[in-house]
Amino acid sequence: MSVIVYLENWEGKFKKNTFEAAQYAAKTAEMMGTEAIGVTFGDISDDASVIGKYGLSKVINLKGGDFTEFNNYKVAAALKDVASQNGGDTYIISGTFNGKAVAPVLAIQTEAGLITNVIDMPSSTSPLTVKRSVFSSKGLVSYSTDVANRIVVFIPNSVGVTEGEGSAEMSEGSVSVGDVPQSNVTDVDRVKGKIPLPEAERVVSGGRGMKGPENWGMIEELAEVLDAGTACSKPVSDMGWRPHTEHVGQTGIAINPDLYIAIGISGAIQHLAGVSNSKTIVAINNDAEAPFFKAADYGIVGDAFDVVPKLTEAIKKFKAEN
Amino acid sequence: MKVLVCISHVPDTTSKINFTSDNKEFDKAGVQFVINPYDEFGLTRAIWLQEKQGATVTVLNVGRAETEPTLRKALAIGANDAIRIDADPTDGYFVAQQIAAVAKENNYDLIIAGRESIDYNGGQVPGMLAAMLNIPFINACMGLEIEGDKASLIREIDGGKEKISASLPLVVGGQKGLVEEKDLKIPNMRGIMSARTKPLAVRPAVDADHKTSVGSFEKPAPKSAVKMIDADNVEELVSLLHNEAKVI
Ligand SMILES: Cc1cc2nc3c(=O)[nH]c(=O)nc-3n(C[C@H](O)[C@H](O)[C@H](O)COP(=O)(O)OP(=O)(O)OC[C@H]3O[C@@H](n4cnc5c(N)ncnc54)[C@H](O)[C@@H]3O)c2cc1C
Ligand SMILES: Cc1cc2nc3c(=O)[nH]c(=O)nc-3n(C[C@H](O)[C@H](O)[C@H](O)COP(=O)(O)OP(=O)(O)OC[C@H]3O[C@@H](n4cnc5c(N)ncnc54)[C@H](O)[C@@H]3O)c2cc1C
Repeated sequence: MSVIVYLENWEGKFKKNTFEAAQYAAKTAEMMGTEAIGVTFGDISDDASVIGKYGLSKVINLKGGDFTEFNNYKVAAALKDVASQNGGDTYIISGTFNGKAVAPVLAIQTEAGLITNVIDMPSSTSPLTVKRSVFSSKGLVSYSTDVANRIVVFIPNSVGVTEGEGSAEMSEGSVSVGDVPQSNVTDVDRVKGKIPLPEAERVVSGGRGMKGPENWGMIEELAEVLDAGTACSKPVSDMGWRPHTEHVGQTGIAINPDLYIAIGISGAIQHLAGVSNSKTIVAINNDAEAPFFKAADYGIVGDAFDVVPKLTEAIKKFKAEN
Repeated sequence: MKVLVCISHVPDTTSKINFTSDNKEFDKAGVQFVINPYDEFGLTRAIWLQEKQGATVTVLNVGRAETEPTLRKALAIGANDAIRIDADPTDGYFVAQQIAAVAKENNYDLIIAGRESIDYNGGQVPGMLAAMLNIPFINACMGLEIEGDKASLIREIDGGKEKISASLPLVVGGQKGLVEEKDLKIPNMRGIMSARTKPLAVRPAVDADHKTSVGSFEKPAPKSAVKMIDADNVEELVSLLHNEAKVI
């Protein structure tokens, strides 16, 4: 028995997300009294030893033609093969878009019990029992699986990371992926210089109260001083004011950053379903009756066009002084 | 071209979610059920394939008789026929096995499911189904064009999107972008009338097992009361975010 963790990298670089997965796996392995092994794909430009700070000592790097572009079947087959070489029975995967493409395929190939949308460390590893979110954050439930192989897919940012001591060793591995269904990535279009929403620790979000796309400069400036990602409500993306990838909520991306600042967003139930897991919520709205204030930790009643630039300045000043 | 659209029957997005007094089950009392919003995009995309490329569209749900109005709505939107597999959909693995059994018989060229079902948020069924059929699985799919037996697809990835090409058959986990919000088809009177007589086959479930089990449900802890800050004193907010919330 051992724990296998999918360590995603983006063009050779690790992100907080990767570290969170590493730490989740290391802690789970500790509960099981065994070791955790990381698996990462393609050429790595980062120093892999940093993974050790999150509790892993061993990382296997798989390279070659099969892994130059993402293919969920190949990743699943490789993870399965690494597991069979190392007695792996428990897989840890971060719920990124790629993680979610791999997990169900891996579950069938390994006949594993799959538990997704997990928000916490396991409360037991035999049977594996974890808490997960259901009904778009309106409920929580513990799930368990008592089959031999099991897969946990946790929601990014839900357990967090703490940096410790340690250094991991990365070695090249070899696996056979066999014949898998073919699909080819023909183009990758990743927004440069922006923090992808699922992994953003802070998010600044605008709604219809922003009146039009031409007013997003102040949202972006606030996001910049906070080192935050930007998001929006559904109508804002439906009207084409902002790209669809920024739409958060029940039918958009569900996020759980440390800080969510909602500006000119009323706080409809479908919007809240995707953001209510944020650790701290600030609502800025000119209507004191806006439902968002009921879901927020801090609120300011005021005109966004007045409050937001002031807030940006105040944060700049605070940063300069601290 | 034969297209299967998998339809999850879910509480309306405005529903208040409650659990039974023993916290063992979701309490359906007073809840309105609808087509899973992610599946609506896939259904409209399928109807376009029917209108423009001669596809036949079958909709399918794994559920008890209570889900039939949801399937009838999908028929009213334009699907040719419907299948209900008569079983409690007790976990993603169980549901995927049921759909796989139907798919193996009918050789669909394309299976469209949703990125996730907004009830249990599993994101499991489409990928498991694809793996059972050993065909490609494109999740978070926000664009789909079919030409002959080739598909070009757009898939959401963290911080962007990628283009993919693949051969049919395949499974997509769809979302907005397959069609836009404004394009979503809603049933009209003629559709509703004709849906009454369209075939809705009820099939028994195949033998299948579960790999997970549910413990007890709970509601998330309620938020403590909001602290209001004067619009002229944003510095106070900054200091609270630093000292109290410790997020900056
Ligand atoms: C099936 C379904 C799924 C949905 N999924 C989602 C989802 O995933 N995400 C989502 O966001 N929505 C979703 N919705 C839509 C949701 O119901 C709301 O319509 C939407 O969230 C409202 O967006 P908004 O808050 O930007 O706009 P509005 O509700 O119009 O709110 C604008 C707010 O801005 C405030 N305002 C106006 N001017 C100013 C100013 N100068 N300064 C400060 N504040 C100002 C107003 O007081 C108001 O509160 C869904 C709806 C349905 C039916
Ligand atoms: C009585 C009852 C008991 C339950 N007990 C459990 C349990 O013990 N463990 C558990 O995990 N879940 C349980 N559920 C939830 C049920 O398993 C889910 O509704 C179902 O498994 C799909 O959940 P998902 O979130 O994984 O779907 P997802 O994988 O998120 O759904 C993605 C897509 O798959 C398709 N799809 C999903 N479900 C169906 C369906 N039923 N019919 C057709 N297409 C579908 C849709 O296209 C959907 O958009 C129970 C439900 C009921 C009614």
